[in-house]
Formats: sequence, C-alpha cells, structure tokens
Amino acid sequence: MIALIDAGGANLGSVRIALERLGADVRIVRDADGLRDARAVILPGVGAAGTAMRLLRARGLDTALPELDAPLLGICLGMQLLFDASEEQGAQCLGLLPGVVRALAPSPGIRVPHMGWNRLDARNSDPLLAGLAPDAQAYFVHGYAAPVTDACIASATHGGPFAAVVRRGAICGTQFHPERSGTVGARILRNFLAFADARREAA
Amino acid sequence: MLSRRIIPCLDVREGRVVKGARFRDHVDMGDVVELARRYRDAGADELVFYDIGASPAGRSVSTEWVARVARELDIPFCVAGGVRDVATARAVLRAGADKVSVNTPALEQPALIDELADAFGTQCVVVGIDSTREADGEWRVRSHTGDPAAMRAPGRRTLDWVREAQERGAGEIVLNCMGSDGTRDGYDIAQLQAVRAICRVPLVASGGAGSVAHFFDAFDAADVDAALAASVFHSGAIAIADLKRALATRGIAVRAA
Repeated sequence: MIALIDAGGANLGSVRIALERLGADVRIVRDADGLRDARAVILPGVGAAGTAMRLLRARGLDTALPELDAPLLGICLGMQLLFDASEEQGAQCLGLLPGVVRALAPSPGIRVPHMGWNRLDARNSDPLLAGLAPDAQAYFVHGYAAPVTDACIASATHGGPFAAVVRRGAICGTQFHPERSGTVGARILRNFLAFADARREAA
Repeated sequence: MLSRRIIPCLDVREGRVVKGARFRDHVDMGDVVELARRYRDAGADELVFYDIGASPAGRSVSTEWVARVARELDIPFCVAGGVRDVATARAVLRAGADKVSVNTPALEQPALIDELADAFGTQCVVVGIDSTREADGEWRVRSHTGDPAAMRAPGRRTLDWVREAQERGAGEIVLNCMGSDGTRDGYDIAQLQAVRAICRVPLVASGGAGSVAHFFDAFDAADVDAALAASVFHSGAIAIADLKRALATRGIAVRAA
C-alpha cells in the first residue's frame, strides 16, 4: 500500500491517478496512523509552505514523517517541505534535508512562477533517474526553489540552477509534477516504487 | 532552459469537443477525453478546455468531464469558461484541472483574482484577456466575448488590466488579440510586445496562428512563453510534431514531441 498524504493540495487526485495507472494500491491518509503499514509514502502539495506545515503539525505528521522507515517522496511543495526552512511565509519545515528554500528571482526573460517544461540535468546516476533520456523534460510550476546540495541528483535551470530531483537515503523529492510530466513523470514514479520495493527486500 | 509551450485550445460543450464558425453551427468533433489523448500523443505541452456552454448560459462548468480528462491525461490542463467564484474553481481543481482561467468574471469583480490566488496559489490562476485596438489607437478589453450578442466594452485599457491582474495574483496571462483571432494571418505581435514589456508572469499568445512562421514570431519577436491555437491544429493544417521540429531548428527551445 502506498500512503498518499492529503496535505490540502489540489493535485492529490492527479497524483493518485498517476500511481494507480502504474498498478499501485493507494490509500489517502490524513494523519500519522495511516502511515503504519505503508511500503512508501508520498507527500504531494500545492499551496504555501507555512500553511502546509501548520496542517502537517496539526495532524502529527511533522514528527511522524521523520521517523518513517518507508521511503518518502515529496512532490513540488511536498519536496520543499523536506528541507530545513522556506522563505515562503517564513516556514520552519521538516528538516529532513539541509538547506533553505528560497524565492525564485524574476529577471529579464526569467518569469516567475517558473511554469512549463524544463530539462532535467542529472548530477548523479541514481535509481530514481533510471531509464531517463539525457534530454528528458518535466513539468514545473513553482515560485520557490530548493538549493543544489549533495542531496540534489538532478537540477534544472531557470535564472540559476535549482534542485529538480533530490534523494538522500530514503528521502526523495521532485520539484516538478511527475503526475503531469507525461512518460518522463510516469517513469520517475515507477522508479520510486521500484526503489521502495528494493529497499524493503534488502531490509 | 524552460521550453516554450504549444497549447491547443478545445471548445467543449457538455463533454464533447465542438468546432464551428465561431459561436454557432458547432460541429461535433468527438469525446473530450479522446481528443485530449490525441493531442497529448501529438506532443501538446498543455491543453486548454474552454467550456463554451457554461459561460454565456450563466451556468457553471461541469466537473464530470473535467474528472474524466484528469483521469486520462498526464500533461497539465486548464479549464476556462464558467468559473465565476472560488467554490466553482475549487470544484474544477478538485476534479483534477491544474489551472482555471477567468475572464469576464474577473473584469466584473477584480477581487476574484485575489481570492483565487489566496485559496489555491497564483500558479493555478490564469487571467484570460480579450483585447482589441480601438479607433483612438488604444488597446482595450472586451467582456462577455463568449456570445457576440452579449459582448461589452467595459472601457478598460488592456495594459492597465494586465498590470492590475498581476498585482492581484494572476500566475499567467492569456492575451487573445481579437483583431487577429480567426484570421490565420498571424499573432498580433505589436500588442503582444506591448504586454510582454509589462508582464512579469508567463504570457500566452492567442489569436491568429496560421503557419509555423507565426508561432516563431510570437516566441522570437514577442518573447511569449506559450502560444495557443485552435483551428490550425483541429484542421490538421499544422501537426504539432512538425511545428516543434521547425521551431527547434530555428533556435526556439521546445520539448520534443
């Protein structure tokens, strides 16, 4: 069972459908109890960081998520919440990855929000990126972005580089929307599910 | 580098895609999901569905077909027409749309843009603008354009409205240049350039696409982020894959179809 956390984002249904297309058994969960027997957990999110963190705290997920054994995938805002903090609404986040999420800066030719298809530049070979073409593009919609740190396995560039895919241990994230990124997105979700299975077998 | 987007626009009535001499004599083109899938496979970067039944009739967009599209589609899509309040926008987004586009309701009640941005984030809020050049040389907006008999000229200058819409939280602007709409003579580059100069959010060109060169001009000369078109795609006059290949060879960043 894949636990899909309802963090109030409007894309919950789309993420669920994308997982079901891959044959996953998905359960929508709203609190820590729902995570117990999950083989993987997905934290999607559309909205603002401060609002989303308040919701996670109210449901006890701010303490439950850091204690997870199962792999965790944050999507879009959900990935930003994995970091220490976000400039958006001055939010303290989950602290599972080091770094601070900052506002993208508009400049001539660089529009914010960053909206559209952009290329993924792989920085490491990683199970999450298996099978992706070197020019693979994914669909982004965001106004804030996470820094390129050791956890960044693929970056994208809009003005400057930022983290597009992250993984450290079982903590994973995509800044783009895999559920809206066609075959590239489906491949990354499938890779994440396979990664979760492989970890469980190894454990 | 961010790719420029190619966006087919589909007119929808009661879950069917229709086309016709604009506003009347609509011909049924097929089920909305079937057409959506076809355009996805052809390489569309995003789709806009304009619910032509919802807006003029004063009723809200149906979420039934939105949910069916969301289930089938794995690229982003926007729903336009019939979104007049936060509750309707919420229903449409919950059904799986990625964005909602507001036009006349935003002109009538500009605070709607703020409310939508507060509720869902600016990335979900598209403001559609129908604009035309008037006798004094100024571009001004038109409202109620879904029905030619009901169309009104609220008197607002297009550039003022673009500024205000952004300040209120529009995450994207679709500029439909009415003078070129349906002509297939090319996008209104001068107007798009004027709007581009004051538009810091993504800008989508609409109205007038007839050839590959028209798309190139919109991206190259007016620096728009996306180009929307309907008839050239529906008629098969331009295949999206061919268009993207041609744009790429002329140096425009696109996602391979």
